[in-house]
Amino acid sequence: MSSTRPDALPDGGKLSALNDWVNARFPLKKMWDEHAAEYYAPKNFNVWYVFGVLSMVVLVIQLLTGLFLTMNYKPSSAEAFASVEYIMRDVEWGWLIRYMHSTGASAFFIVVYLHMFRAMLYGSYRKPRELVWIIGMLIYLALMAEAFFGYLLPWGQMSYWGAQVIVSLFGAIPGIGESLVEWIRGDFYISDITLNRFFALHVIALPLVLLGLVVAHILALHEVGSNNPDGVEIKNTKGPDGKPLDGIPFHPYYTVKDLVAIVIFLIAFASVMFFAPEMGGYFLEHANFEPANALKTPEHIAPVWYFTPFYAILRAVPDKLMGVILMGLAIGLFFLLPWLDRSPVKSIRYRGWIHKLALTLFAICFVGLGYIGVKPAVGIYPLLGRIFSVGYFAFFLLMPFYTRIDKTKPVPDRVTYHD
Amino acid sequence: MTRWLLALLVLAGLPGFASAAGGGAAYEHANINLSNQASLQRGARNFVNYCMGCHSAQYVRYNRLAEDVGLSEDQMVTNLMWAAEKPHETMEIAMPGSDAERWFGVTPPDLSLIARARGKDYLYTFLKGFYLDDTRPAGVNNIALPGASMPHVLWELQGLRRAQIETDAEGHEVISGYETVVEGQLTEEEYDSFVLDLVNFLVYIAEPVKLERERLGVWVIFFLLVFLLMSYLLKQEYWKDVR
Repeated sequence: MSSTRPDALPDGGKLSALNDWVNARFPLKKMWDEHAAEYYAPKNFNVWYVFGVLSMVVLVIQLLTGLFLTMNYKPSSAEAFASVEYIMRDVEWGWLIRYMHSTGASAFFIVVYLHMFRAMLYGSYRKPRELVWIIGMLIYLALMAEAFFGYLLPWGQMSYWGAQVIVSLFGAIPGIGESLVEWIRGDFYISDITLNRFFALHVIALPLVLLGLVVAHILALHEVGSNNPDGVEIKNTKGPDGKPLDGIPFHPYYTVKDLVAIVIFLIAFASVMFFAPEMGGYFLEHANFEPANALKTPEHIAPVWYFTPFYAILRAVPDKLMGVILMGLAIGLFFLLPWLDRSPVKSIRYRGWIHKLALTLFAICFVGLGYIGVKPAVGIYPLLGRIFSVGYFAFFLLMPFYTRIDKTKPVPDRVTYHD
Repeated sequence: MTRWLLALLVLAGLPGFASAAGGGAAYEHANINLSNQASLQRGARNFVNYCMGCHSAQYVRYNRLAEDVGLSEDQMVTNLMWAAEKPHETMEIAMPGSDAERWFGVTPPDLSLIARARGKDYLYTFLKGFYLDDTRPAGVNNIALPGASMPHVLWELQGLRRAQIETDAEGHEVISGYETVVEGQLTEEEYDSFVLDLVNFLVYIAEPVKLERERLGVWVIFFLLVFLLMSYLLKQEYWKDVR
């Protein structure tokens, strides 16, 4: 099998000449080598390491389908709802593009949450990858904003009232709150003006921010090199040729391996898109099939599932301002993870039982909060919400202590790899 | 091992969201079949005869509807298309919403998406669920939507019935049964099947592409499975020399 590197073209061929011509003017080969053909990634990546590339796949799906949706969508309160139905019924393949985009929104959060959890499992946020982590968190913030703005666009009842609830949270800020809310909406209520600006933010501003941050995320990662399930720095053990002994070139090894993961992901994606695009009312909410009505508040307003863990924290606090602060803190604490974690080892494989227990409880609290966030605040749910909220914050705030006293196992010099 | 346990924990949480759907009141199950074109045709007939006096289906085009339920354009024009001029028009109605609001208290909602907003079982229960109630302006109430403003448009078919109300152990008033006040033209089975056809039609118009999407989905997933095999073999070939 011949190499796929662009410098390996047959000598004297016209393509080879073109290749030389380009490389004399643009660092094509240099970039290709730096980020693919000679980017050495640890050979012991496991299944948790596919979610980064899957996030990129979803980003591309969202950008492309979003582009085509924009061609037929009308960002006005009088026409938005009807234009979505026009896309679903009258535009050739419009239904497919719309379902791809709506399924993609939820899929984005699923893969990003798993990607973040991977980093927490193997300590990928630890030195020297603090900036990779922080840029990643900024991507997550931008993604939440992107999803929030996009959710208003179908102009259904849940779009409208969900936006109403979330925008009004800013009203809890003392002094400037009410004027801030008016400034965000551009009106005294969620209106045509709000819809127009959310559309602009959704299709231009945030996609640009997201793309820029994704490039920065990858550049930072390729500068320091990827972590791996053992948390061992492969750069510390180099062969005589100066290449990491436990590293393999990203291309072709991980391009072909990631392709398998992408196809498996697409099978799951297609299963939802073709057979359950509403996903039981979680990916497309039932109430959102009714057009927005400013005079009729739905009985039960819940944000889309990917915001519900934070929504549950907000509701767990009786005081609105405190709730908003805690909700902000719940996201903000993630940024501090590299400095809260004082363990001498990175990977969960070599940590003691305390950290393993803490991370397991955190995962339970996060999923539990997400579940409570979609439920009405009745019965046992408010109490459970409070217990899970305490668990959520304890994981972060107690981390400097339990990671220090936790007994760790010796970390090997080289990564563990079995055929 | 731990990592697999953790992975399982996280993954186990995801479908939990999906299974936690809906709930609410116990609706009667509507056993509809979107591939039954005869049922859809009857449903379309019932819809234009009984519903379209007040309710539009403003996103539904007559010609697409005819094609999907297996009617020729002539059949469609003579049997269904009374409120429109051209086959490509949508199922709009002539009654102004403002008048309707004055007469009924609310504008009768457009029904294009009602099945996706409320669910087929709700619609089935609603259309079967009218009973006499003198406290309501239209003289009837509904078990699926207490306080409904809609009159019992289908009363000649179903008949009229009065609810027998009992007080249960916790002091709530519950409906224990019905007594027939006026006999309907249809038997109970015939009425159920009439309503079922109508619900089938409403589910169809809420998402006309549903059957097509499922048909296509099978092929897409079949293709992806073949692609998966190929990509897996490719990966194995490349990874042979990694140790």
